[in-house]
Amino acid sequence: MNTSVKIAGVELKNPVMTGSGTFGSGMEYSEFVDLNRLGAVVTKGVANVPWPGNPTPRVAEVYGGMLNAIGLQNPGIDVFIERDLEFLKQFDTKVIVNVCGKTVEDYLEVVEKLADTNADMLEINVSCPNVKEGAIAFGQKADALYDITSRIKKIAKQPVIMKLSPNVTDITEMARAAEAAGADAISLINTLTGVKIDIEKRKFVLANKTGGMSGPAIKPIAVRMVWQCANAVKIPIIGMGGIATAEDALEFLMAGATAVAVGAMNFVNPYTTTEVAGGIEQFMEKHGIEDINEIIGCVK
Amino acid sequence: MAQKKKETARVVSQKSLAPGIFDLTVQTSLAGDAGCGQFVAVYPKDKSTLLPRPISICEADRAAQTLRLVYRVAGKGTAEFSGLSAGESVDILGVLGNGFPVEKAQKGMTAVLLGGGIGVPPILQLAKELDCEKKIVVGYRDAQCFLKEDFEKCGEVYVATEDGSEGTKGNVMDAIAANVIKADIIYACGPMPMLRAIKKYAEENNIPAYISLEERMACGVGACLGCVCKTTAVDHHSHVNNARICTDGPVFEAREVDI
Repeated sequence: MNTSVKIAGVELKNPVMTGSGTFGSGMEYSEFVDLNRLGAVVTKGVANVPWPGNPTPRVAEVYGGMLNAIGLQNPGIDVFIERDLEFLKQFDTKVIVNVCGKTVEDYLEVVEKLADTNADMLEINVSCPNVKEGAIAFGQKADALYDITSRIKKIAKQPVIMKLSPNVTDITEMARAAEAAGADAISLINTLTGVKIDIEKRKFVLANKTGGMSGPAIKPIAVRMVWQCANAVKIPIIGMGGIATAEDALEFLMAGATAVAVGAMNFVNPYTTTEVAGGIEQFMEKHGIEDINEIIGCVK
Repeated sequence: MAQKKKETARVVSQKSLAPGIFDLTVQTSLAGDAGCGQFVAVYPKDKSTLLPRPISICEADRAAQTLRLVYRVAGKGTAEFSGLSAGESVDILGVLGNGFPVEKAQKGMTAVLLGGGIGVPPILQLAKELDCEKKIVVGYRDAQCFLKEDFEKCGEVYVATEDGSEGTKGNVMDAIAANVIKADIIYACGPMPMLRAIKKYAEENNIPAYISLEERMACGVGACLGCVCKTTAVDHHSHVNNARICTDGPVFEAREVDI
């Protein structure tokens, strides 16, 4: 049985990854799951310098999911390379580094510093809804997305994945812009912007007022967007949004995703990633599927 | 530190201690590694409430493998827990966080233990473990002084109530002043205004103080960065003066945090 998939020439032993920001750099969850069982670890967004993130409260529970407004707190690329990438070297899994920035130059600086590291691929975060500058500003206008993608592609040594925001009118327009600018793959969806109000205090629950919604409640929207993009572009798609079980992951694969990422559910059940990977194998066995690639995009 | 894990615990007993305050004892192997001031995350069965609820450990019986969790019903998740009865199962993730440093209070010292409101329960295991003179100051809204009798077995107990119905009228700081309590070391858990007052008092009097903080959290294991607090020094994780309450805390030396 073959569970491996290929994205831009990089072979993953199985299609299960972690969603950026929900798994740190793997350190915290290595107590619960064997990182060698994952197709890839996607690390939390890293910028050129440390970012302090937003004030608290940063998280809130909503029906069937959660809102977060962490604000991309991160230690900066230098510490990240020295500590986090070094830590991941001991595992037989691919490493995808999520990159964030306030200006295009910030992104380029990080991408340049990652050139000679063990990062297998780069995921460019142009879709975080929780920071005031940069990030989503590049991901909500097709021409801005095209511009940043092509500038990153010019200098990147690793394949580039553009992570798309669902907070747009037509996500296929963004997918096409990324593909036209040379992106090797796209990942979607990032979180959906939401608000929760504390009716007793008559206040926003999150200090940032708005937050990004994730969790099982957003899955149908994510599957729909993956399916739309699969029909719009030829580059591989990494699908994510509310994956809790192997069945959820299989929906994304059948909708056209070459790989999937487990996000917020890591917070709920720290064993979700390996349970999903195991569940996909069981499904393949049960249905006599020899090669996972047979089912990718099988629902048109 | 012991490996964290998620497991299914069995409810041994549950009773109500005061309106909205519940006393839940569960059987779990996690108890074997539990230290005072640490916490567990308890899962609601209702899947619309996804995230586990962080609840402090009130007592840990390592030999009997039981944890006593005393909590306040604050929303849907804890309301569900309050309906659990003996024999039922409940999923728990633990043991989480760094607890109170018991070893800092040496023989001959007077340790003052301060608990306010739902910050009272985690002080109990500490009161049982400290091997020195102990003065325990607990603050409540009213005369519903839950756990007071348990504390009386561990040391001298002083009570403060907001409405003055028992002990000193006011908060734990008022009880300290009224009873002229002197401390060599302070341990505390309670609402933020109380912890701020303790931090100020400890710094002015040059007393080491260990305070347990609380914040909305998602993962409980240091990955999501939801539950940070400002620190006076650069933190080791993100290098931005933000410590993670779930893993670097919940107990901090008061001078380490900017609250």
